[in-house]
Amino acid sequence: MSTLDLINISKVYGTGASEVRALQEVNLSVEPGSFVAVMGPSGSGKSTLLTIAGTLESPSSGEVVIEGRSVEGMAAEERARLRRRTVGYVFQDFNLLPGLTAVENVSLPLELDGMGLRASREAGLSALANLGLEQVAGRFPDELSGGERQRVAIARAVVGERRLLLADEPSGALDSKNADTVMRMILAACKGGVAAVVVTHDAQLASWADRVVFLRDGKMVDQTSRPATPEELIAPYRRQ
Amino acid sequence: MSIQHALLGLLSTGPKYGHQLRVEFEERTGDVWPLNVGQVYTTLQRLERDGLVQSDGEPDGPRKTYRLTEQGKHELDEWLYTPPDLTAPPRDELVIKVLVALQIPDVDVREILQSHRRHVLELMQQWTRLKENEAESDVALALVVDAELFRLDSVVRWLDAADGRLKRMALEAEPPAKAGPQLRRRSAVRR
Ligand SMILES: Nc1ncnc2c1ncn2[C@@H]1O[C@H](COP(=O)(O)OP(=O)(O)O)[C@@H](O)[C@H]1O
Ligand SMILES: [Mg+2]
Repeated sequence: MSTLDLINISKVYGTGASEVRALQEVNLSVEPGSFVAVMGPSGSGKSTLLTIAGTLESPSSGEVVIEGRSVEGMAAEERARLRRRTVGYVFQDFNLLPGLTAVENVSLPLELDGMGLRASREAGLSALANLGLEQVAGRFPDELSGGERQRVAIARAVVGERRLLLADEPSGALDSKNADTVMRMILAACKGGVAAVVVTHDAQLASWADRVVFLRDGKMVDQTSRPATPEELIAPYRRQ
Repeated sequence: MSIQHALLGLLSTGPKYGHQLRVEFEERTGDVWPLNVGQVYTTLQRLERDGLVQSDGEPDGPRKTYRLTEQGKHELDEWLYTPPDLTAPPRDELVIKVLVALQIPDVDVREILQSHRRHVLELMQQWTRLKENEAESDVALALVVDAELFRLDSVVRWLDAADGRLKRMALEAEPPAKAGPQLRRRSAVRR
């Protein structure tokens, strides 16, 4: 079962003369553990695709299916729970809450979801530790570098049992070393079974993904073919 | 790749056997430019003939020792600071392809740009995989991978810029009905 299926998604903003067709019949499936990058020029619909995949916005037509369940049929409460438990978001301006330490920021979604203080703190610490950030757990956002803040934001997006990571230009303002670190972390999360969709206009960052899809004028026009794994390269010989 | 200067560089830390030079060369260049034995020895002979290295007089072969001469040190230093040839290549194949495509009436140039963009991205994915799998300790390989990724990245940027340019051109060529007369006037001026 795919973690995310976008089926024939279209999105129209505005009406009449001001109508914008932001997405047109987009199809995308993301398997558990796979890392998809979305590239395209500014205005091609990348952010729209991500907010629809994350159920923050509804498509004008088409269907969003997360872990086999259609989002449209869900009650509001169920959809909210999906957003809290299954989906993690990372945005360009990392939205850490300034009054909370790194670990408090990371464990906040779990607390909001009703998990006890101690259990959520422990889960937060382990998410930070998995990403090599244990040393910054007690610091406030303004005591962190830009790269560290963005890495904490990724820890928050994968804390608990999140299985779908959505990131919009997650390394926007970072230098290439920090941007690489962010991509390595997303890759590490994928190795642990998380499905990731990362929007970027940067080819070097996109090249971390298993698959790169290209948007143009709201349409998905192309994608890279999956590079062969060593297993697949050997497979033809085994068949003989 | 200048094998000559790479060998001079390896000799700058002290005299070495021919065989040792070959092994070190391969290690330091991240196995990206494997050499054959013949290349190392013919290059060393040439360096000796030019007075840039000096051998210990043993017969040619793996046990012969080479050292850098003063002239060799000078040559190496000068080479390090000499800018490489960065003038535009006589023909950049990709640019030529796109220029030709522009001349052909029923070809979708943006489609062609995209097909090259996809191909370059696939290459970049392979290089990045190498970066991902290699330990950070292999500095030579890491530098080579970075160089390739930046080079390919600049190709993608050019494709993106070309794409944007063609899109703006197409929008100008097909103005919405209202803007028609104004645009016609503008193109008349241009002629
Ligand atoms: N809330 C909105 N209202 C109206 N138009 C919008 C809205 N959000 C996005 N758009 C338009 O939809 C198109 C796609 O936007 P977006 O998804 O943000 O592109 P990208 O992230 O690729 O730059 C653009 O033309 C944009 O102006
Ligand atoms: Mg955007």
